[in-house]
Amino acid sequence: MPVDSATRSETFPFGIASVGLGGAERQVPIDEPPPLPPNAELAVIGKPVPRQNARAKVTGATHFTVDVAPSGMLYGRILRSPLPHARIRSIDVTAAAGFPGVRAVLAVAQPDDPVLGVARYTGAPIAAVAASSMAVAEAALRLIRVDYQPLPFVVDMDAARAPDAPQVHDDESAPAGHPSGFPAAADLPLQGNIRGPHITRRGDIAKGFAEAAVVVEGQYRTQVQTHCCLEPHVIVADWRADGLTVHMSTQFTAGVRHELAEAFNLPLNRVRVVVDGMGGGFGSKSTLSTYGKIAVALSRQTNAPVRVMLDRQEEQMDAGNRPGTWQRLRIGAKRDGSLTAISLVSYGTAGVALGGGVGNVAESMYACPNFEGAQHDVFINAGPGCAMRAPGNTPGALGFEQAIDELAERLSLDPVVLRDRIDLSPVRREERRIGAERIGWRGRHAPGADPGPVKRGLGMAQSLWMANVQVNSACEVRILRDGSVEVLSSVQDIGTGIGTVMAQTVAEVLGLHTEDITVRIGDTEFPAGSPSYGSRTTASMTPPARTAAWRVLPTLFHEAAPALNAAPEDLIARGGRVAVKNDAGRSMGFREAAAQLRTDRISAVASRSDDYGGFRRRMGDAALAQQDLGGAQFAAVAVDTETGIVRVERVVAVQDCGRPINPLQLESQVHGGVLMGLSYALFEERILDQHTGRMVNPNLEQYKLAGPRETPQIDVVVLENYQGRSATDAYGIAEPSNIATAPAIANAVYNATGVRMRNLPMTPAAVLAALGKIPTRS
Amino acid sequence: MIEAASAMVKPAEAAESSGPATVGPEAASITLKINGMVQTLKVEPRMTLAEALRGPLGLTGTKIACNRGACSACTVWIDGAPICSCMVLAIDVNARNVTTIEGLAHGGRLHPVQSAFIEHDALQCGFCTPGMIMSCAALLEQTPSPKADDVRAAISGHYCRCGTYPHVIAAALSAAQSRKA
Repeated sequence: MPVDSATRSETFPFGIASVGLGGAERQVPIDEPPPLPPNAELAVIGKPVPRQNARAKVTGATHFTVDVAPSGMLYGRILRSPLPHARIRSIDVTAAAGFPGVRAVLAVAQPDDPVLGVARYTGAPIAAVAASSMAVAEAALRLIRVDYQPLPFVVDMDAARAPDAPQVHDDESAPAGHPSGFPAAADLPLQGNIRGPHITRRGDIAKGFAEAAVVVEGQYRTQVQTHCCLEPHVIVADWRADGLTVHMSTQFTAGVRHELAEAFNLPLNRVRVVVDGMGGGFGSKSTLSTYGKIAVALSRQTNAPVRVMLDRQEEQMDAGNRPGTWQRLRIGAKRDGSLTAISLVSYGTAGVALGGGVGNVAESMYACPNFEGAQHDVFINAGPGCAMRAPGNTPGALGFEQAIDELAERLSLDPVVLRDRIDLSPVRREERRIGAERIGWRGRHAPGADPGPVKRGLGMAQSLWMANVQVNSACEVRILRDGSVEVLSSVQDIGTGIGTVMAQTVAEVLGLHTEDITVRIGDTEFPAGSPSYGSRTTASMTPPARTAAWRVLPTLFHEAAPALNAAPEDLIARGGRVAVKNDAGRSMGFREAAAQLRTDRISAVASRSDDYGGFRRRMGDAALAQQDLGGAQFAAVAVDTETGIVRVERVVAVQDCGRPINPLQLESQVHGGVLMGLSYALFEERILDQHTGRMVNPNLEQYKLAGPRETPQIDVVVLENYQGRSATDAYGIAEPSNIATAPAIANAVYNATGVRMRNLPMTPAAVLAALGKIPTRS
Repeated sequence: MIEAASAMVKPAEAAESSGPATVGPEAASITLKINGMVQTLKVEPRMTLAEALRGPLGLTGTKIACNRGACSACTVWIDGAPICSCMVLAIDVNARNVTTIEGLAHGGRLHPVQSAFIEHDALQCGFCTPGMIMSCAALLEQTPSPKADDVRAAISGHYCRCGTYPHVIAAALSAAQSRKA
């Protein structure tokens, strides 16, 4: 396709369908399809189509990475540090290497190396073995002799901030920058265990506070949450002379392929990454990771396929986590509610890694001329954090959206009314309107007004998330001579149903049903697809899917036209037929048309072009769209003031994601976002023992998750928000649906009890302490 | 358990032994009835039913997520009752009937719970799904007209990190309806 910038002008549907649609003029590359009409005018897009791989999943036929077991496969297992901080003086693998059934032993830590010779958290990888069975591998690990020199450690963030705290990193080992993504900043100062601050400013904060009629201030704390993917982190690496094949439970096959090529000095065409069933990632399976490199190294060493699979304890200690945070917010406002100043100071800890920021909610949600944010990362001797469903913004919203409610109360304004005044987004305005109506907001009583011991309350909060796009995302569409259709990309389905969404998109163009389309994804043999993180998969994959289908169609028309005695440009594909425009009588079945092909198949590849009208920002393969994503969530809770138990009785989640493609799958994802947020609000917490530096709940029974009994009624409403930005105008929903839940629940608990819960999780003990019924836990 | 162990110990050894009969640590031969088929295999006594199903028997539809009975992903039926197969040793199963997710559909015809899971999108990543389905299907055998709270109770030991519970509950209720129709 031409790479010149030739465009044509088109008018796109624009606005929120429930409010009223207008049009927006955009310049569109000439090799991209015309504007897609609103969903009401479409046959397949916007319909609740069942997901394509559902039958395999309900029959147990899906092949997850844990199910991959090539013949001759060895079992890899990792020896992990029992100490939170120790210098590795030596590693003796002699006995392990000689143990029957052991095929390879690998030292991961490197004694004497200033960086790699120190274990900085309990569970840090020290060595690894590959053996003929899991039992042999386990036995061999116990034969590895490691001489540890214990070092002082700190696992509490507040303690780590003290000037005389044990040092987790030195200048050489400390990760640099601030890679939480909001935004990544290089060259931040390192002082003791503190990296930062990362400062963002606009206006004049002092002037803003001077202009304020009221100022609210609050301190908020969020805990460390772990991902708890049901399928553990797992890889099967098969190193052969002609190339490396890796099966991996990953959110980004194409990215892992690049990492492997670089780490093992292989050309890309000798590296293949495959994932079929993928049992959940939530941010924790975005990269190759240390365990992945270990598996490949063991396979290279043994000339055999090697599986490395983490057990649940390893998952909890060393597979990533959502950093814990402390936030202090000050907000100044005039009497009418208009904001004059917002000040944010935060400290967050991602253990030995970075990423403890609290995102851009405080900075960007509402109109406020004066803002100052100072975000810090604090190193502690704990497993590295990583992205987790809306990193930054989920903990950030917990503080900020409560602070806005506190401001509303000081101003004697309804929280929805205050937001109507300070929130410029027409999308969130509509979301508030719908949510308030659904939950019965008008019946909301004053804080703590319920007379009995079980007090009910309503609360709401909002979500803000940047609309990410992966520009390096491609897709191939093939029409075969029998009329069947294939869609191919390396993009992976981590449970979102992206394959079905791509099938719907292609079916719409070709005038077929979703089930006529076979989607082959999760394999780097196909055109490189998007990662499944940052809520960017739909935004990145559906435009090239539509464009590729649109580009392959003229070839079909060209070859079928003679049989219809028509010009190719007069043909259309609709309702399973190829027909002459404006002449309903002249048509043939899609299959008949395909039978006219001169070759066995025709095909077109398309990649994601820039958003029409351009991106807000571009960072390598990734970009930010002009508009934000978000939503408003409303929660109804019942707080038992005798036991401290908070029950969430109902959540109304009103979300936007541009054009919704599959309402059924969207509803599923929003359920997931809400439930992960509810679980974060009330139950989950990684607990580290201050004296030993170990996690005391590295499992799924003492690490508490919300289950079916804690699941409230969840009403999901997804707006149709057309912006005319791409061939599909579709964006993601996974992360935006997770951000507002915890603060909505916290605001509802306040409305129920009159007591503000500024720390997560809101356990019964924490609620009773806040109610003054038991002493505060120190 | 004693009965099963005795049956597997060679008669000569049993005669010499004064205490309770033992097996292991080397692999012992056992016979299991899985999805109506009788299968003989050799397992180490420490092998769990979940490991036996996924390993030597090749029935990988049963999933292991926590391996200690906390998440119920590995749920199968023993004599029709849902159990965590990671908490049962394969040598303890004896002659009882084991049903796994692979045995739930009859020929190409899905169990009503499986069909309802598809229709209601009661799955996302799908890793907890086989166990979830086994518990919902068992519920319908015991309680043909369940209420939502019955479904919650039946799946209360199951974790789903994707958050499919609302659709799972809807699917189980709808499957109960369709069975009666």
